[in-house]
Amino acid sequence: MRLHHGLSLFGMLALASASVQAETITVATVNNNDMIVMQSLTDAFEKSHPDIKVNWVVLEENVLRQRLTTDIATNGGQYDVMTIGNYEVPIWARQNWLEPLNDLPANYRVDDLLKPVRDALTVNDTLYALPFYAESSMTYYRTDLFDKAGIRMSEHPTWDEVRGWAEKINDPQNEVYGICLRGKPGWGENMAFLSTLVNTYGGRWFDTDWHPEINSRAWQDAVSFYVDLMNQYGPPGASSNGYNENQALFASGKCGMWVDSTAAAGRLFNPQESQVADKLGFAPAPVAKTPKGANWLWSWNLAIPASSDAKDAARQFVTWATSEEYVDLVGKDKGWTSVPPGTRTSTYDNKQYQQAAPFASFVLNAIESATPNDPTQPPVPYTGVQFVSIPEFQSIGTQTGQMIAAALSGQRSVKDALDEAQRSAERTMRQAGYY
Amino acid sequence: MYTSLSRKLLLTLLAWLIALIIFFPIFWMILTSFKTEFEAISTPPTLFFEPTLAGYREVMARADYNTFAFNSFAVSVGSTLLALLVGLPAAYSMAFLPTKRTRGTLLWMLSTKMLPPVGVLMPIYLIFRDLGLLDSLTGLIVIYMLMNLPIVVWMLYTFFRDVPREILEAARMDGAGTLQEVLYLLVPLTLPGIASTGLLSVILSWNEAFWSINLTTSDAAPLTAFIASFSSPEGLFWARLSAASTMAVAPILLFGWMTQKQMVRGLTFGAVK
Repeated sequence: MRLHHGLSLFGMLALASASVQAETITVATVNNNDMIVMQSLTDAFEKSHPDIKVNWVVLEENVLRQRLTTDIATNGGQYDVMTIGNYEVPIWARQNWLEPLNDLPANYRVDDLLKPVRDALTVNDTLYALPFYAESSMTYYRTDLFDKAGIRMSEHPTWDEVRGWAEKINDPQNEVYGICLRGKPGWGENMAFLSTLVNTYGGRWFDTDWHPEINSRAWQDAVSFYVDLMNQYGPPGASSNGYNENQALFASGKCGMWVDSTAAAGRLFNPQESQVADKLGFAPAPVAKTPKGANWLWSWNLAIPASSDAKDAARQFVTWATSEEYVDLVGKDKGWTSVPPGTRTSTYDNKQYQQAAPFASFVLNAIESATPNDPTQPPVPYTGVQFVSIPEFQSIGTQTGQMIAAALSGQRSVKDALDEAQRSAERTMRQAGYY
Repeated sequence: MYTSLSRKLLLTLLAWLIALIIFFPIFWMILTSFKTEFEAISTPPTLFFEPTLAGYREVMARADYNTFAFNSFAVSVGSTLLALLVGLPAAYSMAFLPTKRTRGTLLWMLSTKMLPPVGVLMPIYLIFRDLGLLDSLTGLIVIYMLMNLPIVVWMLYTFFRDVPREILEAARMDGAGTLQEVLYLLVPLTLPGIASTGLLSVILSWNEAFWSINLTTSDAAPLTAFIASFSSPEGLFWARLSAASTMAVAPILLFGWMTQKQMVRGLTFGAVK
């Protein structure tokens, strides 16, 4: 009896305190620089929204992905805002795991969001997440090495040209390598880059009936070209270099060219983080046979899980963090190179941003030329440039990545690697019931 | 004489060498935590540099270390006490009142440690969700207790088995009940063993990352979740990560250092009769 009284008193106290307390939302995000900036601006949000308090869960990308998938698949309801990639958005939206984001306030200006980015987050004409920042891929090169070798970078480089230039500037004795490309296995590592290479060679992951085409002619040509290029003009141990390692190599002056994410531009251009800041050139991602799918599109987005019990507050947060007002706040508070890139036309129209980030127009062009909903020359049943937006892709992509890394390090032939990857992908797709 | 001295010297040198090899990564981590990001990734690595606390300042600015540390402390001590509370009677019955299934039960308990935790993540997550244990210290204490229970029972069982039955029988003849027998005889006799079991359980719980990251969000997140927020696939921030790791391992490292005598004594307890 006494316990009963105690409990009801406790309940009343809890209710009373809840009514005077602000509503708390839990935001799960990746620990990339742009998100850390967002976290550091929590005060500004809480000041303009005094009835909302923000709790942060900041985790490394892969840990976060596993954590969020577990929670959303079990309807756990631990988070009110989730930071997810444009790979997850369509898959989760189709499962009805995400809250639709229709009827956004007029001052949010949905039309200001870059179209390819917005398209990637739209399922059946409904937006399911708002883009926080977006990236594409482009070519970075060393202007000093190009000048020394008497090379002029093309406006639209081709892979054959890149190969020729890599040969000219390759100087392994002085630890300068012609080109650095991702080799570390993983669907988001080497396969992000290799998917774009295969796309531009006219290949695709699946035909229109979802049969894998990983050992097709286009794949063999693309991967043989890549392995050959890296073996001849790449840095030693390339099969363990991912985005980070290549960025460190390029920033310390060890690569003549690097084809990778536009997100690296800010850091490579910053003299405190890069020894090549004053001799850095940009160009679009190289093309082989078709420009279609030659450059990727990735965005980190804020979405509200259907299991959230604070949807209104969460909505206020996601519209704030992806708004023009937020971009302006970051620009003024943290400097214009720190604003989240790739989401809004207004960011690229901003004179202060253009001045601070001379690479801005390249990034904008790269993102605007990405075609996530029509990624390859032959027709495909999927969306996504450097990934396939189906749940099975993570395992297929990573397995294929491991095979190709083995080919790169000389453990097996390209043909063997691709045949094995094809068999494995066929098995996965059959088990998943695609045919 | 000469050979035994040189043998001793050689063994000492070897022991030092092994200790240095084992300690080197920790030493390097602590060293890196005082470097700038640029020095941290420079090749060849710098051994002499002007130390900076920038990494620590940034870590402190980004996360509330004290809350994470308190959670780590609460769950490791809480789960250890609970594991000892459950494990002691279990080990007692297995050591002194064995049945023909005791051996099988012990092996079965150990076999649960062979299961990869991710294999049971979904069912446990669902149970925790339904019981409202997600992101709670209670939930984490229960899961850590279950995780360490096989080791606790096994260790206590081996320590208890070394206690001569005659001593307990003598106590019983003097009229002691089971509880008195355990509290006044068995526990004092095997205290070094119980202490080292507890210490090991604290260390294992402190370092556990899988469950703590998957079952907590913010309120109950321990230091392992704190470190996970500093390892980043985009950009190499080794100095910051090293600072966060140093802060996360410092308490348990100190604890291990202070209690090493008890641990060694406990682990070798009963080895020489």
